Amino acid sequence: MTALAEEPAVRRTSRKALLELRQLAVEYGSGARGVRAVDGVDLEIREGEVVGLAGESGCGKTTVANAVLQILRPPARIVGGSVLYQGEDLVGKKPEELRRFRWRNVSMVFQSAMNALNPVMRVGDQFVDAMRAHERIDRRRALARAGELLELVGIDRRRVRAYPHELSGGMRQRVIIAMALSLNPDLVILDEPTTALDVVVQREILQQVEALRRDFGFAVLFITHDLSLLLEFADRIAIMYAGELVETAPAERLGTNPRHPYTQRLLQSFPPLSGPLERLSGIPGSPPDLSDPPSGCRFHPRCPHCGPERPELYGRQTTERPVLREVEPGHRVACHLVEEEEEVA
Amino acid sequence: MRWFARRLAFYVFAIWVALTINFLLPRLMPGSPLGGLLQHLTPSQLSANPGIVQTYEALLGGGHHSIWQDYVTYLHRIAHFDFGISTSNYPTPVSEVVGRTLPYSMFLVGVAFLLAFLVGTGIGMVAAWRRGGAVDSVFVPVFMVLSAFPAFFTALLGLYLFGLKLHWFPIQHAYDNGVIPGFNWAFLSSALRHSELPILVVVCAYAGGWVLNMRTVMITTIGEDYVTMAHAKGLRDRRVMTRYAGRNAILPPLNGFAALFASAVGGLVFVEFIFSYPGAGYTLQQAVLGNDYALAQAILVVLSVCVILANLIMDVLNLVLDPRLRTG
Repeated sequence: MTALAEEPAVRRTSRKALLELRQLAVEYGSGARGVRAVDGVDLEIREGEVVGLAGESGCGKTTVANAVLQILRPPARIVGGSVLYQGEDLVGKKPEELRRFRWRNVSMVFQSAMNALNPVMRVGDQFVDAMRAHERIDRRRALARAGELLELVGIDRRRVRAYPHELSGGMRQRVIIAMALSLNPDLVILDEPTTALDVVVQREILQQVEALRRDFGFAVLFITHDLSLLLEFADRIAIMYAGELVETAPAERLGTNPRHPYTQRLLQSFPPLSGPLERLSGIPGSPPDLSDPPSGCRFHPRCPHCGPERPELYGRQTTERPVLREVEPGHRVACHLVEEEEEVA
Repeated sequence: MRWFARRLAFYVFAIWVALTINFLLPRLMPGSPLGGLLQHLTPSQLSANPGIVQTYEALLGGGHHSIWQDYVTYLHRIAHFDFGISTSNYPTPVSEVVGRTLPYSMFLVGVAFLLAFLVGTGIGMVAAWRRGGAVDSVFVPVFMVLSAFPAFFTALLGLYLFGLKLHWFPIQHAYDNGVIPGFNWAFLSSALRHSELPILVVVCAYAGGWVLNMRTVMITTIGEDYVTMAHAKGLRDRRVMTRYAGRNAILPPLNGFAALFASAVGGLVFVEFIFSYPGAGYTLQQAVLGNDYALAQAILVVLSVCVILANLIMDVLNLVLDPRLRTG
């Protein structure tokens, strides 16, 4: 355990860009029936930073994660933009280069703890597999290291001999977190790591991740539909809607001063942890069909500020795609209304 | 382990049912073993030996007992591996005839079925992994067509094409004339050459089922999160395909192994007949034609026990391959 904990804890100072997505576009299928699940996403993650990515189900969050690791399987494919890792574009790299990059540099904690471990393989062997795919290490030493990693997430090291079905859901998720750290990566993607778990276990696990992050210094891309979690754990938050980023801001700014109507609505959809209970409003309507997205601003059919009362603005909202613009340092919004307000101010 | 004890009890029951059906079947067939023996004698021989019918009856353990008495004796003798005397190979004991022919069949079916399984699941696995790739678009249709033919038809086709026309393989028997069966190179190599074509036929006839089965399950398995995660871990493609996707995908088709094995044992009779291959299937057919009750019964018993044993082996294999069954 000590050997693992001692290594890093230095990196957070430099704050260089680790990962940059530039106008990333991913399509499922092709031609007329192709669905563009991710459409022109720009996102930057700096070293040691926790970036949250939030949005409703089906808005393309997981697709972004899979694109970062380049594990999209047909019919999904990247149709545009680039994924820069430490300045190098991953799109178009050779399969063997990508293989070495995965897990070593960026690892991922999968959505469903129940299903992400191979049911017919001992937990320890699944660690060993990951280690031996990237470095020369004999099985015995790899297993010993797997045991240390398990203890790091509060699981008895003897559990390396367990099969996944012998562990509870929370334990399985912690096993996967430990596995994600086994090669000491620079970035760990958490893809809805706690959705399958109850609230108590959820908290425990997130606190554990936070503690490990302080020790190891890895950056985190935290994908979730639970904005309240992000306000607590993330440094920066990006809000995604229908395959596009609509707002990015430092977490505290997003919490106190959300500008995009969608973000505002999202924040109103969960109860405050403290204070009096208010009626929750939710967001009327449902996310658009991505095979035929709305013209102009994709949120306009559900937007409370979009109506024919202001014909000029309405015209832009329904025909023109808004672009991300900075409204304050580090806070960018893609909204015609906000744009107009800023111009007036 | 309790699960295993239950399975074991079930197999004992299954064997008993098979034995009983074996006992009843020949008794429901027209003709009698005595008739089979006596038909080799001319009417003048019969009339010259008035006591011969009784003599043969006595030799066959005959006399006139009730069917229940026969049944008890039958079970008792089977428990001691005593199947009586083969009338068509008189006076060789049935156990000796079976012992002589069974190894050929065991070898034929064992090797052929294992090969069909390995080839079939292998192709199914790769075809699903690279959907639309070379293996998927060439081997899958070929094996589908081959497996659509009944085994005996494939056997005739193979015999005609590779045996009679191309002379690539010997066309009949288990070894060359003049070679004496024994543990020596001349016999073994000859036996191997003679088994090649029948094995090829059985593989072609049965691999198709495995291909389709494995391919279907594999396609669903590829969508599982643990396969995506294995990929994300940066494992080599081949390892993800075999140890993560394939290793899990093989479990459902494996459960069908025993059922398919039973049908393969049935197909064995035809294949051996077509190749005049002196195995259990061929001998069974000869025994039925010759009204050789004892021999036919013995072979049926052995074949049913083989199928039940195959089931048992599959159960054990399932326990070994799927840790979830062990704790359940």
